[in-house]
Amino acid sequence: MILTIAAKELKALFASPLAWMVLTAVQIISGYAFLKRLDDFLQIQPQLVQLASPPGVTEVVVAPLYATTAIVLLFAVPLLAMRSIAEERRNETLIFLTSAPVSIVEIVLGKFIGLALFVMLIVALVTVMPLSLIANTRLDYGLIASLCAGLLLLAAAFSAVSLYVSSLTTYPVAAAFGAFAMLLLMILMGEAAVDGLRARGWQLPAAFVQVFSPLKNFEPLGKGVVDTYAIACSVMLVLVFIVLAVRHLDGRRLRG
Amino acid sequence: MSIPPNVTTIYARALTRRFGAHAAVSNVDLELRRGEVLGFLGPNGAGKTTTMQMLTGNLAPTEGEITICGVDMLARPTAAKAKIGYLPEKPPLYRDLTVDEYLSLSLKLHRVPKSARHTALMRAKERCGLREVRRQLIGTLSKGYQQRVGIAQAIAHEPDVVILDEPTVGLDPNQIRGIRSLIRELGGTHSVILSTHILAEVEAICDRVQILHHGEVVYSDTIAALKALHSGRTVLLGLRRPPPEAELAALPGVASVERASDRLYRLQLAADRDPTEQLVQRAVEKNWGLYQLAPAQTSLEDVFVNLTK
Repeated sequence: MILTIAAKELKALFASPLAWMVLTAVQIISGYAFLKRLDDFLQIQPQLVQLASPPGVTEVVVAPLYATTAIVLLFAVPLLAMRSIAEERRNETLIFLTSAPVSIVEIVLGKFIGLALFVMLIVALVTVMPLSLIANTRLDYGLIASLCAGLLLLAAAFSAVSLYVSSLTTYPVAAAFGAFAMLLLMILMGEAAVDGLRARGWQLPAAFVQVFSPLKNFEPLGKGVVDTYAIACSVMLVLVFIVLAVRHLDGRRLRG
Repeated sequence: MSIPPNVTTIYARALTRRFGAHAAVSNVDLELRRGEVLGFLGPNGAGKTTTMQMLTGNLAPTEGEITICGVDMLARPTAAKAKIGYLPEKPPLYRDLTVDEYLSLSLKLHRVPKSARHTALMRAKERCGLREVRRQLIGTLSKGYQQRVGIAQAIAHEPDVVILDEPTVGLDPNQIRGIRSLIRELGGTHSVILSTHILAEVEAICDRVQILHHGEVVYSDTIAALKALHSGRTVLLGLRRPPPEAELAALPGVASVERASDRLYRLQLAADRDPTEQLVQRAVEKNWGLYQLAPAQTSLEDVFVNLTK
């Protein structure tokens, strides 16, 4: 049932011009970032080889590519998610799903998975770029896998937050802007809060706040470090916002 | 169909829904058996849609209980919802899907097994006259077709209970007739709740009628009883030289007199007597100039207006 709803969401995304525009824009922006980095790398390569342990192409070119994509996703995911619930409420089609023998949990999970699958497609398309270098150089596949996983977790966190904000309103554009503002705040304040708390030696609050700091949780994987706490934090963030979305929609049934 | 006829399909007791201090629906009882069509009437804002949303599990009642074919809606909503087909006031259509895609999605969500889906899809399209538009995007269809797609999604999975909120709005007279005969046909095997403002529709297709006013049931009876009760109990009397009203009211068997127009009176007859004969005799004796005497049919409209004005 969850997959039926996920498939419906994917179909709805591909039926809208917005999804195709986002796919195109992400490809152009990341493509440019990738080629520019690659060009820079080729120019400084003669100097790099003189170093004792020179950074490889994966560190210099591929890691920044994923960081750029992360920034693009910060804009793109709220836009992709804005219609998900807000528009269904606005068009009064949500009742089609809630009248069917499907629970709210299944509806929200289906919508989340549909969105996550689309975002995974973006990550996959970006990953094709570094893989195009396979023929000419040796890549650090471990780092690429770690970057991929990090970006997927980050995108999942963005998706869950955007989906929740989309459940709060009946105006898709308000949902998009709200989600974007919320994510940006979480990134900026989360970063500062975690560092500040840690500097004072308050480990427990810092560990708690880290759940709501998506970029902080991306950093270790972005360097190729598998930090299980950061991964757990990303998963927690997704779960928290899915539960919030479910509660909000169920509250509408209970309180009207 | 596994459920035999005359089995209660919807049972709702003391349904109450409050929004803050305002009670949108209070103490509504509702019972429907298999094969019955219930007309649900009431002025705008009477609580019809709220009641239907509670019956379909889209709104939790503040108090009361709902049972659909023996399944408690509040305790096991998923199992109960599987037995219902619901068309809300505004059909919940996805404009980006084709008719076939949309109805298939509805069948999947209602857990119709894969092997039965194709037959169910064909049957729903056949019944609602959607065959020729099956590959069109719903957004490009006319209002009438969209309404029919909405009805199709409510009946495609062969639910025991069909709840239709104003299903004939926006249809042309021919389509309305088509939908009416479809509802009549559904009434044979399913239970149908029909909300509408068109009273003739209720008289034509419903077995029972409930009138809601300010969130309370003010009338509940069968259509047959309604007709039997009100036919012949009132007569219209036309006199060219009428006596004072008091003289008419004093006649044996006349309960009350109401002046309908200049020389036309509406006489309410006492329940146990029929004074028509004496009435005619008296009119001739006293030279009242009797020119009209006819039973006044009380229509559902009269009942509705009397109860809800």
